[in-house]
Amino acid sequence: MPSTQAYLMLSATLFCVGLIGVIIRRNMITVLMCVELMLNAVNINLVAFSDRLSSLEGQIFAIFIITIAAGEAAVGLAIIIQLYRLRTSINVDEARELHG
Amino acid sequence: MLNALWLIPAAPFAGFVVNGLFGKRAGKSFVSAVAILGSLLAAIFGTVAVFQYHALYPHGERYVDLVYNWFSSGNVGADVAFQLDPLSVVMLLVVTWVGFLIHVYSVGYMHDDTGYFRYFAYLNLFLSEMLILVLGSSYLVMFVGWEGVGLCSYLLIGFYYKTDYAPAAGTKAFVLNRIGDFGFLIAMFLMFAYFGSVDFARVSQLAAGGGVEPWLLTAICLLLFLGATGKSAQIPLYVWLPDAMAGPTPVSALIHAATMVTAGVYMVARSNVLYRLAPDAMMVVAVIGGATALFAATIALRQWDIKKVLAYSTISQLGFMFIGVGVGAFSAGVFHLVTHAFFKACLFLGSGSVIHAMSGEQDMRSMGGLKTKIPHTYRTFAIATYAIAGLPLASGFFSKDEILASAWATPYFPTVGKIVWALGTIAAFCTAFYMYRLLYLTFDGKFRGTHEQEHHLHESPSSMVVPLWILAILAIFGGLLGLPEIFHAPNFIGSWLAGAVPEIPGAHHLIEIPAGSEWTVMIVSTLIALAGWWVARSMYKDKQLDTDRAIEQRVPGLARAVENKWYVDEFYGATVVGPLKQLSIFFWRIVDGIIDGIAAMLGYIVAGIGDLLRFFQTGNVRNYALMLFAGVVVFIWIFT
Amino acid sequence: MNWNDVAVLLPEIIVTIGASLLLLGPFLRRKPRPAGMSLGLGAGQPAEVSTGDESAKWWMLALLVITAISLIGVSWAAEGLALSAGFSQMFALDAFSIFFKLLFIVVIAMVALLSDDFLRESRYSAWEYYSLLGFALCGMMFMASGVNLITIWVGLELMSLSSYILAGYYKNEEKSTEAAMKYFILGAVSSAILLYGISLIYGVCGSLNLMDIEKSLSTLISNDALMFGIMLLAAGLCFKVAAAPFHVWTPDVYVGAPTPITAFLSTASKAAAFAIFARIFYSALHDFHLDWSNVLATVSALSMIVGNLAAITQTNIKRLLAYSSIGHAGYVLLGIISLSDWGIRGILIYTTVYVFATLGIWATILMMRRHEYAGEEIDDFEGLSKRAPFWAFAMVIFLLSLGGIPPTAGFIGKYYLFSAAIEAGYGWLAIIAVVMSAVSIFYYFKIVVAMYLREGKEADMVITRPLQVVGAVALAVTLIFGVLPAPLITQVEQSSHWMATRAAVPHVGR
Repeated sequence: MPSTQAYLMLSATLFCVGLIGVIIRRNMITVLMCVELMLNAVNINLVAFSDRLSSLEGQIFAIFIITIAAGEAAVGLAIIIQLYRLRTSINVDEARELHG
Repeated sequence: MLNALWLIPAAPFAGFVVNGLFGKRAGKSFVSAVAILGSLLAAIFGTVAVFQYHALYPHGERYVDLVYNWFSSGNVGADVAFQLDPLSVVMLLVVTWVGFLIHVYSVGYMHDDTGYFRYFAYLNLFLSEMLILVLGSSYLVMFVGWEGVGLCSYLLIGFYYKTDYAPAAGTKAFVLNRIGDFGFLIAMFLMFAYFGSVDFARVSQLAAGGGVEPWLLTAICLLLFLGATGKSAQIPLYVWLPDAMAGPTPVSALIHAATMVTAGVYMVARSNVLYRLAPDAMMVVAVIGGATALFAATIALRQWDIKKVLAYSTISQLGFMFIGVGVGAFSAGVFHLVTHAFFKACLFLGSGSVIHAMSGEQDMRSMGGLKTKIPHTYRTFAIATYAIAGLPLASGFFSKDEILASAWATPYFPTVGKIVWALGTIAAFCTAFYMYRLLYLTFDGKFRGTHEQEHHLHESPSSMVVPLWILAILAIFGGLLGLPEIFHAPNFIGSWLAGAVPEIPGAHHLIEIPAGSEWTVMIVSTLIALAGWWVARSMYKDKQLDTDRAIEQRVPGLARAVENKWYVDEFYGATVVGPLKQLSIFFWRIVDGIIDGIAAMLGYIVAGIGDLLRFFQTGNVRNYALMLFAGVVVFIWIFT
Repeated sequence: MNWNDVAVLLPEIIVTIGASLLLLGPFLRRKPRPAGMSLGLGAGQPAEVSTGDESAKWWMLALLVITAISLIGVSWAAEGLALSAGFSQMFALDAFSIFFKLLFIVVIAMVALLSDDFLRESRYSAWEYYSLLGFALCGMMFMASGVNLITIWVGLELMSLSSYILAGYYKNEEKSTEAAMKYFILGAVSSAILLYGISLIYGVCGSLNLMDIEKSLSTLISNDALMFGIMLLAAGLCFKVAAAPFHVWTPDVYVGAPTPITAFLSTASKAAAFAIFARIFYSALHDFHLDWSNVLATVSALSMIVGNLAAITQTNIKRLLAYSSIGHAGYVLLGIISLSDWGIRGILIYTTVYVFATLGIWATILMMRRHEYAGEEIDDFEGLSKRAPFWAFAMVIFLLSLGGIPPTAGFIGKYYLFSAAIEAGYGWLAIIAVVMSAVSIFYYFKIVVAMYLREGKEADMVITRPLQVVGAVALAVTLIFGVLPAPLITQVEQSSHWMATRAAVPHVGR
């Protein structure tokens, strides 16, 4: 069993990958996936702590997060479809009508 | 009446509500009847209250009428309460009665205006707010009135909104007053934080009780004075007042001469305990007052617009009042406030009558020879000019003299006092000069306007002439209220106001002026005023405009600088208002070598920040995410 | 199953059931809609308008009334319990949460009224719209009551997910969809950041319950993981309240979203975020005040400066209000930074008065609306004093309240917040706040100038009954609480009492 530190390192790495992905990727689907990655990084954290602290709360929270992440994905995909319907593109860079 | 002081501001407020709701459909006579009734009721209620108060408290104790507790938390709180004390009484009487006269005058002046009901609704609202300002028993209630009169002032300055300049003037007044209000607000928060109260008496008591850090008192006083410089148009925030003349003339008389602009003087006098404990702040007040008095008077020397001359004259006279309260002669400052309300209201209403007769013309170069055409206006105007010039035995003579004598004899800062006295005396010379220049150019010589204007010349209706005469009489005899000690006559206003200036340990009380210096100062002032009059007479009575042409040829640069008001407007235009648009004008002025570089940077920075923020708002969501990330990094960086 | 717990949850249960039923509204109608109608975001053309949609508003209002009644009933029954935390300490029905829940219900009711016109014109399904508003309300109520980070976060997500959809409710408008997209991506990222912070706090404290966190923090010396957690949590919350530098989404989303939804985002959503902000920092993290206060002070100063300075150059009124709302977030943060009884009272008072003044402004803006995005430039307000004198006057009062000029309610709120800052030793922040209020008056006044001092255009106005109701309520609240604030203050003192005692606990941590 790896130490808690190792899990934390993994989760921090995943989180940063996700965040950087949101910043550099242009495809909205990829962006959505990156957001999911960030949420899962949090899940790893919570479960690792839960294990170390022998407290169930963290695992319960992780399940909540997974559930809501699914809802979030649904809303996100709906927005993507809407975006595609209007612009025939899901490149986030092209949607910049609002600025200033 | 005493237990219902709130009725005094409520009467004109009711007028505002009625006219605001029904005025549009009602006829002009209904509107004016409601408005005049509102102001008259306030005046009557006020007078009755004053008599009752005097009967109950002959020694000038403070009477407080609590309306209700506004809010309170723990031991800190504020009440909605009105008070009467000698200072409030003086202000109350001046505001209500002068306000009433100007309401009457307005009926004639505004008769043909389409915004008739709007005008009277605003005017009533103004009166109500002004009464809240002078009757409030704490800085907070005063601030409510302070902001209220400000709002009415902006609305009335911008009353002729179809012109290009009136809305701009309203905005300018608003912006500069905000700077002043910021000082007032901070001062109030400091009082709350350190005294737990903003009640006048409580703050004074705690401040006088000792144990208060001197820096705190100085800071509060200076911040309050910053508020006063905004409202009362002193250096450096005075530039809005000349532009405020864009409003209707009776408004200039009521708001921008007699009442609202004196609120700053009232506030300083009201805070006299704090100021006396912070002599440094007093010195600032006196010096700024002296500098403004002289500075504005020099600008008035070469203005052509009849209302602009009076506007700069108002700024200058307000400077005199600040000299008075700044050197510790609080009753003298308030005395000048009262006499100034009489003669300046008379002058403004007189100028309104002139403008009325001239079909809207305000340029003195197109006037001249009106003496015979509008005799009543001429006589009242001449009387008020005599009073403001400080010529012997009129009201302005006594009040200005008392201020200058106090500056000479002030115990707080004797050396600086002499300098302030000198500034004031030179300003007094200028005052006599520009006022008589105005009088001679307008009423003497030959008519210079168009034929059409000459045809239309007529004396104003009696609703305008009667208030003029009442004010003119007050302008002459108002001085009897405060005769100097050397005359061995009772000084009503001085002894009355002594009740508002309590004795406190560690600070000077009333200023004792030695009889010798009183005589000296009085003689010097008289000579100075006579000199001003004589110079103006010799230059303008017969030669009229030729003199100014000659001056321009001889000293062109200085004359132009004075005519352009020392370019201060341009300075503010570039730094405060609309930085982006003004930036180009601004650089052009730099080339002119008039405005210094630090101010340029300020305007540039504000515009730059706006641009920068827009630049960051790219519209690209990935950039936003990056900023989010950067924000988190900054968070962690600040923490570690 | 503990029935007491269920009783405490009754209002939330009612909202949930009600909102679900609203979603079924089209099917429950007598005349069923023709085939091809839409459900959800991705669907095609907007459904045809039918008279049935009119009744959606009334059902929504009825639901809100029932919720309010049940909430009052429950809180009355639960009186005496200082803190009745149910469901294993997940959910508290205390005075603080009741105050905010009532506020949310009133605000959602007003937003529903504001939406009436927009729904009729845009021809999108009113049932779904109100259902989403109902779910958002449910989320906000859970936020107000949550005393466990799980509850708080789930409530927050419920509210956010509903508002993402609502922001994109103009399905055929690129701007609206773009706003939804931006709001969604940034909201999801900020939510992940917040969660990461929570997970670290959980790791250090061993619990997600605010009371347990407080307990374990009182014995804890500062450590890096914990501070990291607090910082990330604060960053996520700052995003939700739109404080700089996490404000970038605000202007774009406010402009793109349908105006009633902008009204919702700038009032209810913000108030809910402040409720959890205050709850977490006052009741759980107060021992580490020294550590987080400087960061939040920086955020507050930055928000006030950025929001107010950027607003000066705006001409679109929605964008202007977006920036000004960033500034207002900065003021409210003063209440959190100062961590005192005055601070928490300031937060409650300011949120209330800000919400009503803002709703009044949105009501007036909606009156100017001609079709979808029109009526949003400052120029459109020219000559309003001629066209609709009463509403021009009301607008002045709202703007004065936002500017904090007495005797409007905004002054009382600012007064509490600024005094709290001075009292807590943040004099410099208070000075920035006062200066920036002075600046804010400048751009609010641009609107007043347009209304009173400019020639009016001959634009038509649509002053409908629902808008009048919202405007009148907002005006009454703004004026009454300005002149007679005592009832509000008494209420706030009671509602914040428990939190204020938390703030008074001596700081042992460091």
